[in-house]
Amino acid sequence: MNELMRFQESLIQRKMPDFASGNTLKVHVKVVEGTRERIQIFEGVCIARHNAGYSSTFTVRKVSFGEGVERIFPLYSPKIEKIEVVRVGDVRRAKLYYLRQLSGKATRIKEKRTW
Amino acid sequence: MGAGLIGRKLGMTRIFSDEGKSWPVTVLQAGPCHVVGIKSAETHGYNAIQLGFEEMKPSRGKKPVKGVYAKANVTPKRVMREFRVEDSSQYEIGQALTVDLFPVNKQVDVTGQSVGKGFAGVMKRWGFHGGRATHGTHLTHRSPGSIGQCQTPGRVFKNKKMAGHMGDARITVQNLVVTVADPERNLLVVKGSVPGAKGSVVLIRDAVKGAVKS
Repeated sequence: MNELMRFQESLIQRKMPDFASGNTLKVHVKVVEGTRERIQIFEGVCIARHNAGYSSTFTVRKVSFGEGVERIFPLYSPKIEKIEVVRVGDVRRAKLYYLRQLSGKATRIKEKRTW
Repeated sequence: MGAGLIGRKLGMTRIFSDEGKSWPVTVLQAGPCHVVGIKSAETHGYNAIQLGFEEMKPSRGKKPVKGVYAKANVTPKRVMREFRVEDSSQYEIGQALTVDLFPVNKQVDVTGQSVGKGFAGVMKRWGFHGGRATHGTHLTHRSPGSIGQCQTPGRVFKNKKMAGHMGDARITVQNLVVTVADPERNLLVVKGSVPGAKGSVVLIRDAVKGAVKS
């Protein structure tokens, strides 16, 4: 491990929950309105994770009023209050970009069952 | 003009501000550097200090090179560079310089050898738009087009932007802000990018201009 990786690791100061693509997440985002700060929840399916240490990001997709919305969050951004895993999905690939072409019932992801 | 440091570029990452803004930063291995030689205005005509950086294997290095370090009573170093200073009498041979020179929020200039791009065309080298992709374009998709007029002036102007060698030049980036200075691990983290490949030698100095924007 080189100095750069060690430096990046030293920046990681909080533990994020384990989640993968296919999971339904509730991302609690801090939003500043004027002087007030409040928490906004962005709920959707995680369709991609970009694992790069401190620079890791993840993409959450939801359908809002019939329009697909995707947000890319930096995993360790201080704007993220917390991440809740609502549902663990059973998917066969890491990037679920195919969901963009689907709508309605076809976008359902079956739940992962542990025996 | 204070002394600087010799360092190595380790690579880039990001840092978040308290408001959640993401900044691209470059991590540099900076120093410790040891003073190997001192030049003064009286004897050499100008004031400067020579700094050595990174330990050299004892088996490496030629005798004359090792002799220079032996004279200064410093272990042999792999990199030696000279820094012009205002007053060289305040430094002494063997003295170690560390990242303490550059506290957080100080602005620095970083010099390095940029990544070589070889013989590059005008689109890559100067950002020309090139030619059309279709509509009968023949062999001129990435060409510069006209390079001048006709009988008057009858020549191509000097400094006309053309294809040629790109990169592998000594470049200085000014006014980078120090965000982290770690004396324990000799790390210096600056906002923005720094010329050169990962692992290349860089020179870090106080900003010549500085304080342009807060």
